[in-house]
Amino acid sequence: MQRRRLILGVLALPAWRAAAGASAPVSFAPVLAGRRLSFPADHGAHPDFRTEWWYVTGWLRLPNGAPLGFQTTFFRVRTGVGEDSPSAFAPRQLILAHAAIADPRLKRLRHDERSARAGFGRAGFETGRSGVWVGDWRFTQVGDAYRAEVNAADFAYALECVPDGPPLLNGLAGFSAKAADPRHASHYYSRPQLRVSGTVTLDGRQEAVTGRAWLDHEWSSEVMPEGAQGWDWIGVNLDDGSALMAFRMRGGDGRSVWSAATLRAAGGATQVLPPEAVAFVPLREWRSPRTGIRYPVEWRVHVGARVFVLQPLFDDQELDSRRSTGAVYWEGAVRVQEAGREAGRGYLEMTGYGERIRVG
Amino acid sequence: MATLFSLVAIVLGVALGMAVQAVHEAALSEFGRGLRTLAGEADLQVIGARGGFDEQLYAVLAARPEVAEASPLVEVEARLAGRDETLKLLGVDVFALARVSPLLLPRAAEGADRFATLSDDGIFVSAAAQAALGIRPGERLRVQAGAAEVELRVVGDVPAAGEGRRLAVMDIAAVQARFGTPGRVSRIDLRLAAGVAPQAARDALQALLPAGVMLAVPEAAEDEAANLSRAYRVNLTMLAAIALLTGGFLVFSAQALSVVRRRTEFAFLRAIGLARTGLFGWLLAEGAAVGLAGGILGTALGYALAWGALALLGGDLGAGYFSGLKPQLQFQPGMTAIYVGLGVLAGVAGAWLPAREAATVSPAQALKAGDEAALSGGHGRPGLGVLLLLGSLAAARIAPLEGLPIGGYVAVACVLAGSVMLLPLLAGGLARLLPTGGPVPARLAAARLGAAPGHAVVAAAGVLASVALAAAMAIMVASFRDSVDEWLGQVLPADLYLRAGKSASSGFLDENLQARIAATPGVAEVSFTRYDSLRLKAGQAPVVLLARPVAADGRGLPLVGRARPAGSEPAIWISEAMQDLYGWQPGARVVLPLAGQALSARVAGVWRDYARQTGAVMVDLADYRRLTGDRRANDAAIFLAPGAVAGQVAGALVATAGPGVLEVSYPGQIRALSLRIFDRTFAVTYLLEAVAVAIGLAGVAASFAALAAARRREFGMLRHLGLTRRQIGWMLAQEGALAAGVGVVAGLLAGGAIGLVLIEVVNRQSFHWSMDLHVPWGSLALFGVGLVALGALAAVLAGRQAMRQDAVLAVREDW
Repeated sequence: MQRRRLILGVLALPAWRAAAGASAPVSFAPVLAGRRLSFPADHGAHPDFRTEWWYVTGWLRLPNGAPLGFQTTFFRVRTGVGEDSPSAFAPRQLILAHAAIADPRLKRLRHDERSARAGFGRAGFETGRSGVWVGDWRFTQVGDAYRAEVNAADFAYALECVPDGPPLLNGLAGFSAKAADPRHASHYYSRPQLRVSGTVTLDGRQEAVTGRAWLDHEWSSEVMPEGAQGWDWIGVNLDDGSALMAFRMRGGDGRSVWSAATLRAAGGATQVLPPEAVAFVPLREWRSPRTGIRYPVEWRVHVGARVFVLQPLFDDQELDSRRSTGAVYWEGAVRVQEAGREAGRGYLEMTGYGERIRVG
Repeated sequence: MATLFSLVAIVLGVALGMAVQAVHEAALSEFGRGLRTLAGEADLQVIGARGGFDEQLYAVLAARPEVAEASPLVEVEARLAGRDETLKLLGVDVFALARVSPLLLPRAAEGADRFATLSDDGIFVSAAAQAALGIRPGERLRVQAGAAEVELRVVGDVPAAGEGRRLAVMDIAAVQARFGTPGRVSRIDLRLAAGVAPQAARDALQALLPAGVMLAVPEAAEDEAANLSRAYRVNLTMLAAIALLTGGFLVFSAQALSVVRRRTEFAFLRAIGLARTGLFGWLLAEGAAVGLAGGILGTALGYALAWGALALLGGDLGAGYFSGLKPQLQFQPGMTAIYVGLGVLAGVAGAWLPAREAATVSPAQALKAGDEAALSGGHGRPGLGVLLLLGSLAAARIAPLEGLPIGGYVAVACVLAGSVMLLPLLAGGLARLLPTGGPVPARLAAARLGAAPGHAVVAAAGVLASVALAAAMAIMVASFRDSVDEWLGQVLPADLYLRAGKSASSGFLDENLQARIAATPGVAEVSFTRYDSLRLKAGQAPVVLLARPVAADGRGLPLVGRARPAGSEPAIWISEAMQDLYGWQPGARVVLPLAGQALSARVAGVWRDYARQTGAVMVDLADYRRLTGDRRANDAAIFLAPGAVAGQVAGALVATAGPGVLEVSYPGQIRALSLRIFDRTFAVTYLLEAVAVAIGLAGVAASFAALAAARRREFGMLRHLGLTRRQIGWMLAQEGALAAGVGVVAGLLAGGAIGLVLIEVVNRQSFHWSMDLHVPWGSLALFGVGLVALGALAAVLAGRQAMRQDAVLAVREDW
């Protein structure tokens, strides 16, 4: 999935057109279909690839039973700049992080971000196991469990996430195609049904929380396919213990140019669905009062023979980070119904509804 | 006519003061604004020597709990290839910068590539620098790094730097790699964590810093700059104040003259019922009106001068305190009001004595006949005068207050006031010395000086003040120029000088190039110099460090006093400013932060340095290289082999590096250039000197015009007694010459004393350098004689009006 590449705009550049006069060409490691993922090594970073992220989204429950959504994202970016530089500040690798809390009482997102070049202990990543940090924000793997720590301007959290089974490999054993051309692909696995416990601090008040979350770990080197305007993505923990990941690349006319899904039953049997078996049908639009952008916040998603209906925790989960990332997108907690009954909870991401999303 | 003179004097005084104020305010506010842009929201800055400090300190500080954010910067004065200009280039980490000093963030131009802010050849140039250098985004900029050239792409600007700040921003890694400073940073800006006590944080962090690296609050840099230029500013303002003072004196002369002329008129007004206070107020108002007109015209002229000065000389009036700034002149209502007020004050103060005198005269007496002794002057107050002169001696010993030579100024004022008070005594003494024989007009003139010194004193006081100030300036400037000239000869002993850009810029001579220079045919001996700076005290500007070969006995240095060879410890040679600012003395053991280490060194001697008023420390190049491992050099002094032709060797030297990299200069050129800069700096002073002399002469003319008007009856009587007009003219000429002579003699004496105060106190305390006394006897004598002659001429011209009247009529007024 290239969906999170949008974050690369963090360098606050209004235009990334035509990398004219860029530094000496750097060869990024290619994503190859035959490569088998091997753990725990592939939990760690893959610095030879251009882009990599660890992306945790999930639902939390406060002691009084009220729900919260949360998002923790750490990006590693190999810039191709300063590969031969003698300087310890050489910006070969950047670490960027985004965090958000979706609080239905506030009816909008609290979000914050960090970015730094790797080095001087200020930011970095580990190989061999998941471990990535920038400042005092960190995402680490201890044993098979993960820990996310974020200290933002108006919120903070420290969450322990314990998986219930082995990694869920998306696409062809972790080779996830984004278009018919195999150049546009990533290595991509998920950790669904993470059992969450920890604390969330809102407005200076720390509270214990529990919940369910979803981790994506994905790395790639090639840009998103031409002709794609944006994408829609979901990651859902179903109440029966099964898990669903589905995405589609959207063209300028709003139609799908590529799509895929992975469905894992509670027992572990995994079903990978081809593009023609996945369909996203918008049901209701919401218009952002800040940006005027219209997002379809309710969806019907067809995965094979099954039909899911998505309803947002609340409508305004738009993330306007034009000042820093140059992108406006919608990333929020959704309830999932199947056959008229609530069947699970997850996260929905929609990009490219304003301007075309410009990536990598 | 006299009113016009006084108006001009006030206009000049106000204009000069206003111009100095406006220019410096503009420069300082631009400098301060720039600093706030540069420092952003930083609570503290970690600063060190120009060469910077170890970058690992950034990792240490950023990890501290007291620190919320740390932003490392590398600062380079990038020399433009083949040009003598430099551009302040900041190497930044945009990520850290965004959280500490967001105003400094670069902005990529349309069409720039994605990682422009991180690229290793993309430079962001502020609008002011783009305009100054004539470059646009998309173009290439070639700068010098060491002895090599680097080509950079202009990829954007620095929006918040505004119109007035010339700087450029690049990625920190790119600057380190391309300008040969890997591993070093120049500065770290810190934002403290919320809830941390600033003082506690400072103490905790300071303990982590190596020697020569210190914490400063960002505003300190602003103060540093303000302090640096303050003494210069105050000196100019003092000159303006003197112009204003003379303006007040001229108002006094003019009003005195007009009071004498209008005596009958005033008496009449009094007789028909105008109250004494009414008349007094009326005359004061006249003075105030002149002052107001002068003040308004003066402030307008001041702004015009300031505008011209900013356009031509820059924010420091050519003295070099603010480089890279393009200050904008701003109207300052408060300051303007103050200067207009000063003009009015000068007018009122000048009118005060004549107005009081006019008001105190009894109308009956004045209506009946003129009272000859119309001008006050009296016999002076010799006791107070002596006391003031003694006071000046004491004042000259006062230590500088906040870096300003307040005591020196007080001493100058005391000498001036004291000598004016002793003037009648001097005039009387001089009259007694005059021969009693000779022709009638001469005897009359001498008798007049002896009998009524008060009359002459008023004229002489003006001459005294202007001569004293002009002579003092002449002595000070001559001493200074002579000392600088001699100093230049001492510090430029070689045949050729070679450099790779200004000492602080990005150009330097690496070891390879040094070897090539030394091996150039025709070169007998090379002496390399390396420049760096040292931070010795927080809140003080950095001290320049010069590393060059120095003989153990300091031979070849412009030493002040004796050298004290240091023995086993490394010897350092300090400039006089180090004595004043840091209290270092010859023979003392001091701690020198070199390469992050606190090094113990011995002060082996003191040398004179007219180039760096914030202090300079010289160490032997071999010691420096052994202690720091830094083997680069900035300058080379070349001694030619016998028979070598300078021009040929210069050509060969330039060819050792790429074109435009090395500059060769001849000592004669450097000397001429330095003296030209010196003269330009003192241009304002010369102008003020001329003004002072003109004002003095105008004072003589005005006083004699007043006296002549009052003495119409005396002239009539003399005509009756058989003197010809010509003889009366002669008498007046001699009176004028005598009065001017008294003023000139007293002025020269006072000027000598003031000159000494300027040299020994004002200059030493302001700029921390000494100079050898050099009195320009010839020009002072010429000046004195010229003034006496002009005084005589002024008296004759002033008297001609009075003598034109019929002698009979003049005498009849008495009846």
